[in-house]
Amino acid sequence: MATASLETRENRRAWGFVTPALLWTVAFFVIPFIVMAAISLATRKGREIVMAWNFDNYIEFFEKAHLLKGLFVSLEITFTVTIISVILAYPLAWIIAERVPQKWQRMALIMAILPFWTSYVVRSYSWLLVLAQNGVINNTLVYLGVISEPLELASTRTATVIGFVHFFVMLLTLTIYANLVQMPPNYRRAAADLGANGFQVFWHVVLPLTLPGIMVGAFLTFVLCIGDYITPQILGGNNELALPQVIMLQLGRRADFPMAATLSIILMVVVTLAYIACARWLKMERT
Amino acid sequence: MISSRFSKLLSWSYLAALYGFIFLPVAVLVLFSFQDGRLPVPPFNGATLKWYGEVFSDNRLMSALTNSLMVAIGSATVACVLGFCAAYGLARFVLPASRLQRGLLIAPMTVSYLIIALGLLTTFNWLGVSLSLWTVGIGHVVINLPLCFAIIYASMGDHQKNIERAARDLGAAEWQVMTQVSAPMLMPSILAAFFLSVTFSWDEFIIAFLLSRFDVTLPVEIWSMLRSGLNPKTNAVGSIVFLVSVALLLILELIVFRRTAKK
Repeated sequence: MATASLETRENRRAWGFVTPALLWTVAFFVIPFIVMAAISLATRKGREIVMAWNFDNYIEFFEKAHLLKGLFVSLEITFTVTIISVILAYPLAWIIAERVPQKWQRMALIMAILPFWTSYVVRSYSWLLVLAQNGVINNTLVYLGVISEPLELASTRTATVIGFVHFFVMLLTLTIYANLVQMPPNYRRAAADLGANGFQVFWHVVLPLTLPGIMVGAFLTFVLCIGDYITPQILGGNNELALPQVIMLQLGRRADFPMAATLSIILMVVVTLAYIACARWLKMERT
Repeated sequence: MISSRFSKLLSWSYLAALYGFIFLPVAVLVLFSFQDGRLPVPPFNGATLKWYGEVFSDNRLMSALTNSLMVAIGSATVACVLGFCAAYGLARFVLPASRLQRGLLIAPMTVSYLIIALGLLTTFNWLGVSLSLWTVGIGHVVINLPLCFAIIYASMGDHQKNIERAARDLGAAEWQVMTQVSAPMLMPSILAAFFLSVTFSWDEFIIAFLLSRFDVTLPVEIWSMLRSGLNPKTNAVGSIVFLVSVALLLILELIVFRRTAKK
């Protein structure tokens, strides 16, 4: 009896510690999410939001080209960015792990992620400085006489991709580097002793062992890239809209909360699908 | 031998090229914040501190800066306290469905900020809550709580459990154990969680943009400055934001470094 009452007292105390954080998460994360999911089933009549409890918004999403296109633009940009970032980051991580002297490696990594700490808005603005019609690249090239007319660099998809790649190369370098330094050097020596040439060692031994690092980084790239509004808005302009831009457009002039909620749910479904596709490698990381 | 020298050269040029790519925008941003002219683009006309002066005499920017600091420090404090208590409860006591509880606390980390912001916006709208710095702060606690919880929970080892038990045997009440024994022992990770949260809140845009109305934070104010196109004043503000973030990072690095050095 005595131990039981002690246990219940202990338990009550433990709940006292955990409950505030749980309540916060439920009140400001779970409930808002449920409200948003419910609103996505409503319709907008003028300025009023009427609960209709139907899937009209979702049907509208698949029927209206400008909405559906947002998803495809986002997916195209995200895949391009992920692939380019992996290709650029892998050699960088390898060089830092293999060629840079041990005591400088930490410094090299910190330097590589330093610009990561400028805010999102400022980072995109800095790229605008470089790419704009009268920006650094155009002015320099015109000054040097390489081109006579400024190139159309900003307000294009290329600009969006450059801005994103800049950010995610840093992230992927970190995850791949972490995997490379964990790999025992004996593995490669063993493969070489068994007669594998440099390329074969890389392709059959190093690459498979660093795949988890690539996939973790690629998944993070995918999630952060597809949900970002700032980079496509500042660098890509309004020529073609990515999904987050389409979502923000619903909120602006039109105040169409139901459609914005619908698009957000769709965005979340896409991210969840990506997680399921990558889950195998993401789990491997944890063990 | 020649091929190995060639590959060495190739490695170093690749390294230089990528670091160039990574630092190009930041270098341009900072360099042309000193531009003596109306446009922050080449040619560089000479150095001046005029734009920094304009930033510091701009009332809107200065109040946005204070707002940002208030929201960052306030939300990081709340997130740290909530995260620490939850970590203490889940690491030190046996609770039912603790896996589920941990999962719930971590969950906001896996969702885009845009979606968290929209969820809060629709809910506040529905409840008729007017938007202010408070709503921004609430949003920032939502994104930083998982981070604080995860960092502090991960650092709660069993060796500290024995010291806490000793304190309890010596007659300390639970809150005394928590504030006078556990918290000081875990201070490095609590501070790491705090400064990381401050940095994230300080830089965050989309939640601050959607959940604020009249009083805005610095990233939102910078966003509205972008409408006027390229401007050395925006460079100056951007450089200041960068400097503050790097300073926060340095503090964090020193704390983490000190902890690893101690062990």
